[in-house]
Amino acid sequence: MATCENCCIELVEIRKSFGAQEVLKGVNLPIRRGLTTVIVGESGQGKSVLLKHILGLVTPDSGQVLVEGQDVARLRGRALKELRTRFGVLFQGAALFDSMTVFDNIALPLRERTRMPAAKIKDKVYATLDLLDLRGSEDKFPAQLSGGMKKRVGLARALQLDPEIMLFDEPTTGLDPVRSREVYEMFHQTQQKLGYTSIIVSHDIPKIFNLADYIALLHNGVIQACATPEDMQRCQKPVVKAFIRRVMGEMYTSEIEAQEFARGI
Amino acid sequence: MISWLEMIGARALKIVNDLGRAGMFFFWSVVGIFRPPYKLSPIIKQIYVIGATSFTVIFFTGAFVGMVLGLQGYHTLKMYGAEGALGSAVSLSLIRELGPVLTALMVTGRVGSAICAEVGIMRISEQIDALECMAIDPYRFLISPKFVASVFSLPLLTAIFNLVGIAGGYLVGVHLLGANEGAYLATMKSAVMMEDIWMCFAKSICFAVLIVWICADRGYWVHLNADGYGAEGVSRATTHAVVISSVAILVFDYVITSLML
Ligand SMILES: Nc1ncnc2c1ncn2[C@@H]1O[C@H](COP(=O)(O)OP(=O)(O)OP(=O)(O)O)[C@@H](O)[C@H]1O
Ligand SMILES: [Mg+2]
Repeated sequence: MATCENCCIELVEIRKSFGAQEVLKGVNLPIRRGLTTVIVGESGQGKSVLLKHILGLVTPDSGQVLVEGQDVARLRGRALKELRTRFGVLFQGAALFDSMTVFDNIALPLRERTRMPAAKIKDKVYATLDLLDLRGSEDKFPAQLSGGMKKRVGLARALQLDPEIMLFDEPTTGLDPVRSREVYEMFHQTQQKLGYTSIIVSHDIPKIFNLADYIALLHNGVIQACATPEDMQRCQKPVVKAFIRRVMGEMYTSEIEAQEFARGI
Repeated sequence: MISWLEMIGARALKIVNDLGRAGMFFFWSVVGIFRPPYKLSPIIKQIYVIGATSFTVIFFTGAFVGMVLGLQGYHTLKMYGAEGALGSAVSLSLIRELGPVLTALMVTGRVGSAICAEVGIMRISEQIDALECMAIDPYRFLISPKFVASVFSLPLLTAIFNLVGIAGGYLVGVHLLGANEGAYLATMKSAVMMEDIWMCFAKSICFAVLIVWICADRGYWVHLNADGYGAEGVSRATTHAVVISSVAILVFDYVITSLML
């Protein structure tokens, strides 16, 4: 069934409707192991829904989500649990546990999923707090944090169990430009170190193009194109062209075209 | 005509569906009690929330229910010249019926609604999804400690209610109205049997399970209700949960009484 050699996740003809609204109309998307795939698309196109399919939180009406060759929708109990331990997830709304402090939020996966002694958990959590510049906020509750801080706490929590596959739903929305660049740098560094596969939903174009190995454009319920950032910018498909033009502005595209023209393509 | 039938059919299907889901909910919550890692602190925290913080409410309702029983009982019994039996009347009605039922109803209003709202908010703000994604069993983590704590707390609260109620009846009957002190205690001692205590105990355990089951279940599946979303959905679910569990308590009270008498 799995057709792609070095893919760890493969979406095959996913369809999903909510009531009368068909959100996904046959999504095909291979996610390559160890690389970063960025899903872009306008608001409300179903990017978050797509991520929830990968996590098995939503079951498709038809089609398959294959993670390491296993159909997620068919997994139950222990097998599903085992699969999910490989994932690290940052939800769009951060989904922090609002009756726990920041420290407890970040420590929770370690406390519940590992046998790590309390002192080691403390060290590890503080290390992440330092990394994400959250030192001093560990005793606050999520309601006392700014939007960007919540995102960072969610990120910290997702990183605790050293996952093989990271899913980020808009990790930098709500962060200031400097901070979001730092977050991207941190992605890059941790990915180099841990070698995880990452799937990022982002509106942060063109900045995200530097980080992405592949860009997938979700529009009208299908993946219009999945290619490297360079190919994406050169893509001649009208939908893709229109999207790139809209998000990057006229100037940018014409600049590329000018370069290409100069290089004689 | 057809649409009318369809509506009834759809309703019946929804009810069957809800009941089935509630059954699975209960099953997984009970399984969750026996799943590692075993932790005492969440249970103790829940005992504090469900039990300890309900103490004041239970104390006062118990006292006033007992006092009003003393008042009413005294005047009724006096008509037959039997005010000596006041002790047995107060203690039996408290231990058999009013103690467990009223305690459960108070706890439903205080704690059941809170449980439903808490779980419901965790659902709509994706916190339960987040738990699942971290491969933490939400039943084990969220619901099971509430069951254990409630089964511990409710019999104790009921006992407190009974004790305070009997004292309240004593206060009003003996000290205020002048019933015979010795008779109050003696009739109580001779009338209350061990079976009555067992019935009280059985009822309160059964109610403890019902309250958490119904209220947590309504909150847990709040996103599947089509009649309200977000905060409004949670508030509706909470109202529903309190109503359903109050009715369920009274129904089960009848059932248990008829089985044990
Ligand atoms: N549980 C649900 N019930 C009904 N409709 C839903 C549900 N979840 C999502 N939708 C619909 O699916 C569509 C896609 O939603 P989704 O949240 O995936 O958008 P998105 O691409 O992530 O947008 P954004 O960039 O703004 O986050 C929306 O039109 C939304 O109304
Ligand atoms: Mg989204």
